[in-house]
Amino acid sequence: MAMAIRVFLSFLLFLSLTNLASSLYEDQVGLMDWHQQYIGKVKHAVFHTQKTGRKRVLVSTEENVVASLDLRHGEIFWRHVLGTNDVVDGIDIALGKYVITLSSDGSILRAWNLPDGQMVWESSLQGSKESKSILNIPKNLKADKDDLILVFGKGCLHAISGIDGEVLWRKDFASESIEVSHIIQSPEVIYVAGFVGSSKFYVYEVNAKSGELLKNNHVALPFATSGESLSVSGDKFVVLDDVRSKIVTIDINNGNINYNQKQVSDLIKDSSGQAVILPSKLPGLFALKINSQVLLIKVTNEGELVALDQIDNTAAFSNALSISEDQHVFAFVQYEDNKIQLSVKDVNDWNGALLKENLVIDHQRGNIEKIFINNYVRTDRSHGFRALMVMEDHSLLLVQQGEIVWSREDGLASVVDVTTSELPVEKEGVSVAKVEQNLFEWLKGHVLKLKGTLMIASAEEKIAIQKLRLRSSEKSKMTRDHNGFRKLLIVLTRAGKVFALHTGDGRIVWSTTLHALRKSEDCEHPVGLNIYQWQVPHHHALDENPSLLVIGRCGPSVTAPTVISFLDAYTGKELNSLSLAHTVARVIPLPYTDSTEQRLHLIIDVNKHAYLYPRTPEAIEILKREFSNIYWYSVETDNGVIRGHALKSNCIHEIVDEYCFVFRDLWSIVFPSESEKIIATVTRKSNEVVHTQAKVMTDHDVMYKYISKNILFVANAAPKASGEIGTATPEEATLVIYIIDTVTGRILHRMTHHGCQGPVHAVFSENWVVYHYFNLRAHRHEMSVIEVYDQSRADNKDIWKFVLGKHNLTSPISSYYRPEISAKSQSYFFTHSVKAIEVTSTAKGITSKQLLIGTIGDQVLALDKRFLDPRRTLNPSQAEKEEGIIPLTDSLPIISQSYITHSLKVEGLRGIVTVPAKLESTSLVFAYGVDLFFTQIAPSRTYDSLTEDFSYALLLLTIVALVAALFVTYVLSERKDLEEKWR
Amino acid sequence: MASFTKSLFLFLFIQFCFSILPSSFAQSPTPGSSDGYTIYGRVKIPSFGTKEFSLPAKVSNVKVILNGGQRVSFLRPDGYFSFHNVPAGTHLIEVVAKGYFFSPVRVDVSARNPGKIQAALTENRRGLSEFVLEPLKEEQYYEIREPFSIMSIVKSPMGLMMGFMLIVVFLMPKLMENMDPEEMKRAQEEMRNQGVPSLASLLPGAARSN
Repeated sequence: MAMAIRVFLSFLLFLSLTNLASSLYEDQVGLMDWHQQYIGKVKHAVFHTQKTGRKRVLVSTEENVVASLDLRHGEIFWRHVLGTNDVVDGIDIALGKYVITLSSDGSILRAWNLPDGQMVWESSLQGSKESKSILNIPKNLKADKDDLILVFGKGCLHAISGIDGEVLWRKDFASESIEVSHIIQSPEVIYVAGFVGSSKFYVYEVNAKSGELLKNNHVALPFATSGESLSVSGDKFVVLDDVRSKIVTIDINNGNINYNQKQVSDLIKDSSGQAVILPSKLPGLFALKINSQVLLIKVTNEGELVALDQIDNTAAFSNALSISEDQHVFAFVQYEDNKIQLSVKDVNDWNGALLKENLVIDHQRGNIEKIFINNYVRTDRSHGFRALMVMEDHSLLLVQQGEIVWSREDGLASVVDVTTSELPVEKEGVSVAKVEQNLFEWLKGHVLKLKGTLMIASAEEKIAIQKLRLRSSEKSKMTRDHNGFRKLLIVLTRAGKVFALHTGDGRIVWSTTLHALRKSEDCEHPVGLNIYQWQVPHHHALDENPSLLVIGRCGPSVTAPTVISFLDAYTGKELNSLSLAHTVARVIPLPYTDSTEQRLHLIIDVNKHAYLYPRTPEAIEILKREFSNIYWYSVETDNGVIRGHALKSNCIHEIVDEYCFVFRDLWSIVFPSESEKIIATVTRKSNEVVHTQAKVMTDHDVMYKYISKNILFVANAAPKASGEIGTATPEEATLVIYIIDTVTGRILHRMTHHGCQGPVHAVFSENWVVYHYFNLRAHRHEMSVIEVYDQSRADNKDIWKFVLGKHNLTSPISSYYRPEISAKSQSYFFTHSVKAIEVTSTAKGITSKQLLIGTIGDQVLALDKRFLDPRRTLNPSQAEKEEGIIPLTDSLPIISQSYITHSLKVEGLRGIVTVPAKLESTSLVFAYGVDLFFTQIAPSRTYDSLTEDFSYALLLLTIVALVAALFVTYVLSERKDLEEKWR
Repeated sequence: MASFTKSLFLFLFIQFCFSILPSSFAQSPTPGSSDGYTIYGRVKIPSFGTKEFSLPAKVSNVKVILNGGQRVSFLRPDGYFSFHNVPAGTHLIEVVAKGYFFSPVRVDVSARNPGKIQAALTENRRGLSEFVLEPLKEEQYYEIREPFSIMSIVKSPMGLMMGFMLIVVFLMPKLMENMDPEEMKRAQEEMRNQGVPSLASLLPGAARSN
């Protein structure tokens, strides 16, 4: 019998081993996963709307994306995500067929084929000096001429052939100490203009054919200037002086440089505010912004300044668009009450407006930041205009004829933090009548499915099946489901906008721009920081909606003012928002909730104070009770110090604030700065569930996992090798790994990898940590696993101790109790570079784990944890094989079917989030970057539910067949019985 | 697996023999800057074409990545790529192409004798005489649905169970027939004495037959 069980078990094991890869059939794409493509906040846009071909707009964004969008629907024709350091400085169209991008501070020029996005040529531009980069492509209406592309970057002027990217000539301005800000091209001569220092304006004339310097000229202004100078027309520039009270007009006509100056107060009566010249390029005009007013000023041919108009509540100005030989138009938007007015005017004809439209734009999108215009010819030969608007929340709108034609939520390309929320509970049960009505449909669907599985379905039926599966309305319902697959993914974007996405189909359920994080005088550069679950009602407060805590800051520095906001998770309504008097360095969600199930949070500021939220007496009461049980740590990367902290007492201020606490340092670990630099720290997820404390080994030995919430993994690299790959030699590189208890500061384990360097990506779960790094000696990436076991509990397996009561199972577990630790470790090669590592999490922690590895190719690979098991040996014994230990190989396998993103890419992948479903076998995975991707995975297959393609019809058929067979055999046996009796 | 790799090598070797490209391995210290070298290379995606659904090799979606994301380069229509201003040292180049598995490449840019670059695939430590990167294998992201066949049903756990039952139903009586009738009778007698319920006795209305 035992033998039989063993055979059966090994058979089962064989079955499970063959299924190590969780794979997908091609027709299952889109059933449980969704994928959304974004581009990010648009920086530059160029329209390409010729009569023939598809109309498109070419954009470059802050996520370093170059993309071609369909002007009709806003879909992406093609898209390229450049490297993270490859910031796009300029985009334009050359020769009518190439998209030219200048990136990396003006050092890389690329040409992309307009229809399909294939790179045509790439040119590397050399230079020695950091400088502004300018891309200048002359607008030749005659395209037969060899277009010269002028690029100023790294202190050099380059002339590049538009056909093949060859550098025709270059002129180095690095020695001239000029800050070049303008390049003006005329057929023979190129003018290069800019300031030397802040008061000398230089103009160089360069031969357009050879790059030879013809002459230079300069004018010294009697005062310093401030801000950017703006080119008004081919030979005129405007700039403000350093106190912003005078406008200087510089005229470089015929090689002579003249300047005029005019007081701002002469043009406008109330000139008390700071004047700024807006960077919109308008021929003969410029816009001067004072306070909230914009003054349009015309520069006459003689260099005189004439104030044309004064526009209130202006949002944005576009650049000028030339619609015919001598007609240039531009657009601007104004706020009027709740509406937005879009005006298009001719530069030379101020009084007549070509277009005046009122628009209603969702308030949640914030202000209009940029506007780009394009014209089209109407059927009556008049000009129509469309405008592309970039909003404060990074979304992109196309407006035509007073309506929003399409919009793209490109704020979702910059997700900074993710949390989830449960959906509301379904109020009423499904009525019976509804089921009966659908019974026939249901059966029909299953018969179709059966046909599909038997591969006898026709092509039309196959389409019907696919439609049926994708349509399944179940998955996009707005209520909680039994399996916990339907949730809300709440994401916070860099723009400070919060989106709730439905896990079923990825649609946006609601979106909210936080009121406190709108751009204003006090809050110049608002950024979203973190999002936490604030209130998760499940016991006493079930009738309340869950709420969220959002933290944002008004600038990139830690000392910038901070705002916190509370949102309703079902509706997105802002419940409350606070501008904090203190800064936010860190937020610690505490494992305590008050009577309304609000979670207690400690906010640590830069001045070493801890503030308790919510600010209620009850919260204080709870905190007082747990005062001595609250510990946390801080990592000072620059100093190489890790400190442990605990609360001490209330703050000593003039104003008594009982929610403010000071804390003390419990311990500190100082790493030797000459040999080690902290490059990565990882801790366990606080909400992780561990199912079993013990692990039974093959020899029936029991190992106890060392499971502690207060455990920290630290990776230190040698300072010389803390940069990127290729900068260090194996001899000078070491990687030191620590596992630290964060309550006592005890170093539980330390390990050195010689000849290895970062970047380190790690994930900590249960009692193990897996980390990815680069081995310089082998010149390959490696992944290591460390499993930590508690040796002090190992004695408990002695049965006699149990009998005699000498075991220590009942002794309280405390971090101050020093257990004996043993760590097991093993390393393997891994082919790819890694962008993120995460581990699956399930509701009870029973299901085996899979590592989710975001590879350099922006795909997410699911790798079974069994491949990273320190007990793997070259020749596992029979018993070990039965337990599922895989023979040791030097590298981890990459099984292409186990990419959970299958053939999709999550461009610009930055993070992976896993959330347990209610169903134990299933984990929900959300990967974000420029794209978003969501799927459900079952690391050990769906052992607790029927798969989606389970055929009920086949089951019914089998039952019917069995019943029939039963009766037939019954009749047969009766007959046989009778015959026997007659015998 | 071993034979597969071997044949792959052979295949790659033939590929190399037939490639009549000019040396794409050229590199030069760039003028103007002292410490930068240029790495030129080529990515070649041969159409494996063995499977009917093999993806068309689309060059526009291929990225070449230096040192784990430090720089990203794209392919020209002819498959060439370049990295400019690369300092001397040992670097890592990875090729990302949907549907293909590329080995990362170790690239040694020599500082002592400029003009020398050595490259080797890190997966199998094979040196490259020319800087032409080719995929080691195609990647198939989806399971292939087996066409409906009797064997697949028979092989499935349900099928195995059915098969076992069929054997019991049809072969056992045959075995019984070969038994000595007397012995059979005795066995039946014994069974009856033990009171093992037969199928007939379980069925309604079968009780009267006893």
